[in-house]
Amino acid sequence: MANSDLTPPTFEQAFADLEDTVTKLESGELALEEAVALYERGQRLAQLCAKMLDAAELRIKQIEDNGTLSPLD
Amino acid sequence: MADTYTVYELTIYIRDLFDLDPRLQDVWIEGEISNFKRAASGHLYFTLKDDQSELPCVMWRWQAEQLVMDPRHGDAVLAHGRIAVYEARGQYQLYCDLIQPAGVGELNRQFELLKARLDAEGLFDADRKRPVPAYPRQIGIVTSPTTAAFQDIQNVIWRRYPVVELILSPTLVQGQDAPPQIVAAIERLNAFSEVDVIVVARGGGSLEDLWCFNDESVVRAVAASRIPVVTGVGHEIDFTLVDFAADQRAPTPSAAAELVTPDGDALRLAVRERHNALRLAADAFFAGQRQAIEHNRQNLRRVSPLTRLHSARQRLDELSGRSSLLAQHSFDRRRDRLQAVAQALNAANPASLLQRGYAIVTRESDGHRLASVQDAAEGTWLQIALHDGRLKATVRAREGTRERESTGDDG
Repeated sequence: MANSDLTPPTFEQAFADLEDTVTKLESGELALEEAVALYERGQRLAQLCAKMLDAAELRIKQIEDNGTLSPLD
Repeated sequence: MADTYTVYELTIYIRDLFDLDPRLQDVWIEGEISNFKRAASGHLYFTLKDDQSELPCVMWRWQAEQLVMDPRHGDAVLAHGRIAVYEARGQYQLYCDLIQPAGVGELNRQFELLKARLDAEGLFDADRKRPVPAYPRQIGIVTSPTTAAFQDIQNVIWRRYPVVELILSPTLVQGQDAPPQIVAAIERLNAFSEVDVIVVARGGGSLEDLWCFNDESVVRAVAASRIPVVTGVGHEIDFTLVDFAADQRAPTPSAAAELVTPDGDALRLAVRERHNALRLAADAFFAGQRQAIEHNRQNLRRVSPLTRLHSARQRLDELSGRSSLLAQHSFDRRRDRLQAVAQALNAANPASLLQRGYAIVTRESDGHRLASVQDAAEGTWLQIALHDGRLKATVRAREGTRERESTGDDG
């Protein structure tokens, strides 16, 4: 995926990646293995995006005076 | 002697004096309401008083219906209207068109003054406004965690865009201590967090309740924020000075929450559409591949060595048909020769020699076949094999046809 660090992609990144993957696959100028890899990646990204939008609960933290983040009371 | 007037004439004269004074047409009067009466007609009758004077007041129904506050006996108010004479009683009174709680006037004045000053400083300039990010990762919320406003914000954001993380920067949102806390809450997010946007929120309340959001330090903190700020303070019609300093103003906390998040339903739809497009593209690609493979297979069949092999095999069949004919000829010839050889061999068979009358003579003592007269001395027992049996005999004499040999042998 596009992000190089270990943090999971943001929704924006994942969705942009998905669009990019679809565009590439639609272009058709691909070797078979590339097409299979793109399709599988697109599947993963679409599922990731859908999962992100269906989160069961909102993540909330509270920022303290000294800047540390703690779970909400 | 001076002219005399009727009461009415004098009253009209005085009425005109009032009506001609522009100052009396537009006055603000501060006082306390007493003798408050709402007539069956809907008109309001009351007296404004202070510790030295009283002023009768009337407010017509259509104006009373516009009132935000509900005036009561004892309220300290600021009333607006015109002073005129009520002829029937020969008394002047206030024809009131607006009543506000007292103090509001002073607050309004402060509000307008501060607004003008900060505006002149450029704090509210349109070119200071920054765009709100479309897909925030983190949203800072400056509000009191115990309020309904905070709950509303959570609900809206969870429904629309649960991808995002909320960072609550808690603060009081009302009262004397609120302004420094709100400033600290905004500064905390700016100093320590990486939130993409800050929502400053508070639910609806009285003008006094919302007043901390008109505090100069709060307005300046919003204007100075490194991170874009969206305000959702009060309810719909309420405007506070932070609204002018913010990058965007929303009419309520819920509206602010909507403003800082993308539309989740539209995103879900977009994801489904892209997912479908992915499947379609994959189907089209693989269908194209299958077609190409079929095409290649047909091409391959055309140039395949297998085809040549098949025709070669057929040719071979034809040729081998012919060759077996040739082989037959050759075989016949060979068989004929073989028979000839077999006959010759047969002719050489000793058994057939015996048939024809020849005999084989051997020494009886050791079975040595006699090929020379030298092989048997006189008196030697012999066996003579004929085609139908054997004879036993002794040598009576020998006569050599080769004298020298026999002489030499005899010695």
